[in-house]
Amino acid sequence: MPGCIFAPYFPPEEPHKFANVHKIFGASNVTKLLNELLPHQREDAVNSLAYEAEARVRDPVYGCVGAISYLQRQVHRLQKELDAANADLVHYGLSTSTPSNVVDLVFQPQPLPQQPQQVNPVYRLPGASRGTGGSCGTFLPWNNGHNQQGGNM
Amino acid sequence: QILVLRFSQSFCNLSSLFRKSVMNPKRCAACRYLRRRCPKDCVFSPYFPPNNPEKFACVHRIYGAGNVSKMLQQLPVQTRAEAVESLCFEATCRIEDPVYGCVGMISLLQTQIQKTESLLARTQAEITVAQIKHSQNQHSEFM
Repeated sequence: MPGCIFAPYFPPEEPHKFANVHKIFGASNVTKLLNELLPHQREDAVNSLAYEAEARVRDPVYGCVGAISYLQRQVHRLQKELDAANADLVHYGLSTSTPSNVVDLVFQPQPLPQQPQQVNPVYRLPGASRGTGGSCGTFLPWNNGHNQQGGNM
Repeated sequence: QILVLRFSQSFCNLSSLFRKSVMNPKRCAACRYLRRRCPKDCVFSPYFPPNNPEKFACVHRIYGAGNVSKMLQQLPVQTRAEAVESLCFEATCRIEDPVYGCVGMISLLQTQIQKTESLLARTQAEITVAQIKHSQNQHSEFM
């Protein structure tokens, strides 16, 4: 239908995308949400709603919050490892004196974890660990983790 | 006429007793928001107490009462409290960030993980170099 607010974001070859969003949020709620946004924001909004809806369909109890909980524990675990590694570095009396080319020879980054496991949520209320609203990291899950320009999207 | 009057009075009393026996004396936040009577088996009442109206308002704004009711009814009773809390969390995220909702938080966490992993790998590499240097120094001292 001409002027359909959904048409640009729900292509006919992805029927499950709208089905999930409709099941969880309802078409009229999505319409309201989109109408409150500027046109250039709507694509990302729809994609994030679709992501949340799919997560909720897969995990009706925790939805996306399961993934948040898992990632928070990853951050906590990595920070503890980093603190321990820094303590070891201090033990060797080394701070920033190592030539970077020597470090690069032995530097091998580890891959990011792929599948989140179901965990008890340890999430905090929104706003506690984020700065200004509307900001986003460089990873957008619907881009399969490829880097994207962040900023105040 | 007196009989009719007495009958209607009795009927009103019975109706009132019936309502009191099947309705919550104090409406839950959801039923209060929806301006309806709160039945004793209200699906919302265990999770949306009347002293926290914002919780239901938030969830209703994003998901709609009907969708929340359907979702809860499809879940085992013992999981519904957690489901409500996660729905509230996601709804609050969406109100704060209408474009990304809680997906913004996922994105930030993944970025933080990547940065911390890089820093950790670099630090571990520095430790390895330091260990090599340390053992070389010890070897040359021995010689």
